[in-house]
Amino acid sequence: MDVKEYIASGILELYVAGILSEKENLEVHTLAMEHPEIQSEIEQIEASILALTKTTSPGLSSDFDALKEKLKTNEVNEVISLPKPTLNWKSYTGWAAAAVFAIGLFWMYDQNQDLELQVVETQKENQQLEQQIVESNTSIEKAQDLLSTIRDKNISVTTLAGQAVSPTSYAKAYWNKEKKQVFIDAQGLPEPPDGFVYQVWSLKLNPLTPTSLGLLDDFATDENKVFALNNSYASEAFGITLEPAGGSLSPNLEQLYTLGAVSDS
Amino acid sequence: MDGFLYFSTALIECMDLDKLVLDFQKKDVSAFEKLYAMYAENICGVINTIVRDEGLAQEICQDVFVKIWNRSDSYTNSKGRFFTWILNIARNAAIDQVRSKSYKQEKKNLSADYFVGILNKADETDHDIDKESLKKLVKNLKAKCIELIEMLYFNGLTQKEAAEELNIPIGTVKTRNRSCISQLRDNMKL
Repeated sequence: MDVKEYIASGILELYVAGILSEKENLEVHTLAMEHPEIQSEIEQIEASILALTKTTSPGLSSDFDALKEKLKTNEVNEVISLPKPTLNWKSYTGWAAAAVFAIGLFWMYDQNQDLELQVVETQKENQQLEQQIVESNTSIEKAQDLLSTIRDKNISVTTLAGQAVSPTSYAKAYWNKEKKQVFIDAQGLPEPPDGFVYQVWSLKLNPLTPTSLGLLDDFATDENKVFALNNSYASEAFGITLEPAGGSLSPNLEQLYTLGAVSDS
Repeated sequence: MDGFLYFSTALIECMDLDKLVLDFQKKDVSAFEKLYAMYAENICGVINTIVRDEGLAQEICQDVFVKIWNRSDSYTNSKGRFFTWILNIARNAAIDQVRSKSYKQEKKNLSADYFVGILNKADETDHDIDKESLKKLVKNLKAKCIELIEMLYFNGLTQKEAAEELNIPIGTVKTRNRSCISQLRDNMKL
């Protein structure tokens, strides 16, 4: 290798400038170790740069002692900063715990809200059930009333059979002559059309004389379809006709739904 | 005989420097003090030419030496000269400062002249700058030399960057720089 040529290439000036690649730096360093001329050239180049850069110095603000103090405080800072990770760990744990606590609180609040809502709903349900029980009791009482009425020894039962208008219809009349009451069980009758009403007639057969006993009002909404009517007549038969709302003075025999004769017994 | 003496002195100096650096890397404060005495003015000078603010340059300079102390492990002589290593750290620190927002706000109207510009400015305020030596060193140096030296040594531009900046072939950077530095070395002997 031609050392002079190498020096003349200008690579050593760039080496001192610090702008060569790592590989080139290593190469220059190795050659400088082998060839004192190269080492010397590098030092002279560096000396010229040192001379030039020195002239631009603004002077040193303080002597080395001040820098030494800074190195010490830097070291102290490093020592102080050592337990930092632990401190961080602690604070992270603290924050994590706080977060868990907050989430837990929120969860419990949420649960509480749910439970309160459930309590309110349960109370409503309870009220409804109580209401149902009361209604059932009333209904049972009514049924028992009805049963006892029907079972009364003074009751005569008349079956009213379906007629031409509605052959499948039927009804029953439970007549307590002493109490002058008749109970019409109209379960076997169809619901009357709007604007019409069933009218119950007491019939005398010789001559045929119909007398109105009353209307089966609110037929559709009546629960057990048993209607109590007063009957002070010596009825020989009962008939039910469909009449315009409000009833009629005499029965419309074309709309006779059921008819039955009272047995003597 | 003269030549031999010269080489042996250089060799001793070189070995001394290597030992000094090794001691410094072992956190020997007195070794660091010697290195500081050798290079502090130069490092501060380079920083000053970049930031153009003496107080700020001194501040950064001290920070740079703290950094050098803390990073002593990362230097090996196979990577380059010790001075070159600290020169790089100093340039980077100064350039970081120049690029910072606060600096830009403060120095909006800074002219983009060469380090020789410090000479002109120095007439007014900067008493510490060695104007006479600088004048002597750059005497007869062409503007294109001063430009190039500023780019490569003070600003740390790569060959490619300098070539693009000056609009010359990349090979020319190397040879022109060689001749510029030669002139500088000649001026040193004056």
